[in-house]
Amino acid sequence: MHTQREFFDVHAVRRDFPILQQRVNGKPLVFLDSAASSQKPLPVLEAMERVYREAYANVHRGVYALSEAATAAYDEARAKIARFIGAPAVENIVFTRNATEALNLLAYAYARAFLREGDEILLTELEHHANFVPWMVLARERNVTLKFIPLTPEGLLDLDAFERLLTERTRIVTFAHVSNVLGTITDPAPIIARAHAAGAIVIVDGSQSVPHMPVNVQAMDCDFLVFSGHKMLGPTGIGVLYGKRALLEAMPPFLTGGDMISYVGFDDVRWNDVPLKFEAGTPAFVEAIGLGAAVDYLSALGMDAVRAHEAQLTAYALERLSEVSGVRIYGPQDPQRRGGVIAFTVNRIHPHDLASLLDQHGIAIRAGHHCAQPLHQRLGVNATARASFYIYTEPSEIDALAEGIEHAKRALRIS
Amino acid sequence: MAMSDLYREHILDHYENPRHHGTLADADFSHEESNPLCGDHVRIDVKLSEDKTRIADAAFSGEGCIISQAATSMLLESVMGWRIDDVEQLDPQHVLSLIGVPLTANRVKCALLGLKVLKTGIKLWKLQQMQHSA
Ligand SMILES: Cc1ncc(COP(=O)(O)O)c(C=O)c1O
Repeated sequence: MHTQREFFDVHAVRRDFPILQQRVNGKPLVFLDSAASSQKPLPVLEAMERVYREAYANVHRGVYALSEAATAAYDEARAKIARFIGAPAVENIVFTRNATEALNLLAYAYARAFLREGDEILLTELEHHANFVPWMVLARERNVTLKFIPLTPEGLLDLDAFERLLTERTRIVTFAHVSNVLGTITDPAPIIARAHAAGAIVIVDGSQSVPHMPVNVQAMDCDFLVFSGHKMLGPTGIGVLYGKRALLEAMPPFLTGGDMISYVGFDDVRWNDVPLKFEAGTPAFVEAIGLGAAVDYLSALGMDAVRAHEAQLTAYALERLSEVSGVRIYGPQDPQRRGGVIAFTVNRIHPHDLASLLDQHGIAIRAGHHCAQPLHQRLGVNATARASFYIYTEPSEIDALAEGIEHAKRALRIS
Repeated sequence: MAMSDLYREHILDHYENPRHHGTLADADFSHEESNPLCGDHVRIDVKLSEDKTRIADAAFSGEGCIISQAATSMLLESVMGWRIDDVEQLDPQHVLSLIGVPLTANRVKCALLGLKVLKTGIKLWKLQQMQHSA
C-alpha cells in the first residue's frame, strides 16, 4: 500500500498549501496555530470542488445517477476514515459536526441513557472545554459525580491518583489523548485496560492525536474516540465519533428526523441501523469527502513520518525557546512525551500583546486559555501563548518565533 | 503597520502608570467582567456625586493585556465628572479614538472591556435604584 518513509519533503508539502505562500503585514506568513485548525492542501480543496462541479446531489435519497455517485463517494470517505484509525468496520464511524458534537452526542445519548444518580465520571484536569462542559451539565442534571485526574508537576496525568479515583461507581473514564495546551501525550492502553477492569467505558478525545500520530482504536481498545476533521487537513463542519458496535447499537439516537429512521408511521417510528441512526438530516457529505481526501494525504505521508517530523520540530522548539530569556514553557520537557504544541509565557508580556506584536511580523500564534480554563487555573495563569506545528512547519519558522519574541520584548522595553 | 504603532508611547504610558487604578472603599457601586476569549478581567468601582447624577471618582483593577488595561485607564481619566446618563450612551468610538491606533476585531473587544463594565455597572445601579423606590 503506502510507502512509509521516515521523513518527507516539507518543501514539497508546502507547495500543496496555497495559503502558506502569502505575506502578512509585509512578512512571509508563519502559521503556528494548527492545533486550533489546520490549513488545507490542494487535494482536499479539489476533492470538494469536484463533488460540487461534477457529482453533487443529496445522498441516500435519489435513485438517479448523481445521487448514487454522491452516496458512493460519501460511503467511501467513511471507509477511508475507518481504515485510518483501525476501526473494524464502517458501521463504527458516525459523522458529526466536530469533536464537540461527538462528545455531546455521548453525553446525551449514552450517558443520559445508562448513568444513574451517584454514578461517577472520571475526567482529567487538562480537558478542553468540549470534554468538560457536557459532563458538567449532565452532572448537574442527573446528580452524577465528576472526578478529575490531577497532573504531576511535569504536566503528565498522575496515574497513581487515577488508581485511587477509579471506583466501582466509575462508569465513564475520559481523557485527551494529547493535550491541546501542554502537549502531554497520554498512553491510552494501560488506562483503558484498568478502566475496563473496573467496569467503566472509556472515551478518548483524539482531537489532537488523530491528526498527528498513528492511532489505532482496536490496539488501544477504547470504547469511543472523537476527533474533528478541520484539525487534520479537512474542512470545517465534519467530525467523527468512533464507537464499538454493541455500544452504538444499545444507545438511543441523539438528534432525530430524516435519514436516521427505517420506518415512520403515525404512531410508530423505528431507527435506522448504525451509524445512520446517529446522522439525522442531510449530512455534511461534501465535507466528509474532503476529510476522506485529507486522510489519503496524511496516509501517503505516513503517520509515523508525520509524528517523527513533529517530534523533531518540538525538540528544536523546546531548545530554541528556552534560550530566550523570560520564556517559561509549560508541560513535559521530554519531546517524546509531547505533541507539537507548546504553551508558554514571556515574563511581563501578556500573551495577547505578544500575539499582536508577533502578528506584525506575520507570525500567527494563539493567545488565551485555549478552551482549557480549569487547566490554566491549575497552572496559576490566566492565559498563555501557544505555538503549534504540523506537517508544513519548518525549523526556520521556530527561529522566526524566537526572534519575534525578542522583538516584542524590545518594543515593550523589557530586557 | 509598524511595530511601534500598536504599542505607542501613550498606550505604554497608561499601561505602566495606570490612572485611577485600585479600588474605592466608599463606592456607590462596582461591577466586574471578563472577556471570555482571553480571560482578561476588569473591575470598576464608581463613586457618584451628591445628587447621584455624575461620576465623582472611579477606580479600576484587574488583569489583562496592555490594550484592555490602558484603554480602561484612559476611559476613566476621560469620564471624570461626566453625567452617568451620558456615559451610558457613550459611543465606543470614544474609547477607540483615545487608543488612537487601528485595532483588529478581537483586540477591539479588549479595548472595549472597560467601557462594557462601566456601562453595565451604571445600568445595574439604576435598576437597583428603581427597585428601591418602587
Ligand atoms: C483536545 C481538544 N478537544 C476538543 C476540541 C474541540 O474541537 P472542535 O472545536 O473542533 O469541536 C479541541 C479543539 O480545539 C481540542 O483541542
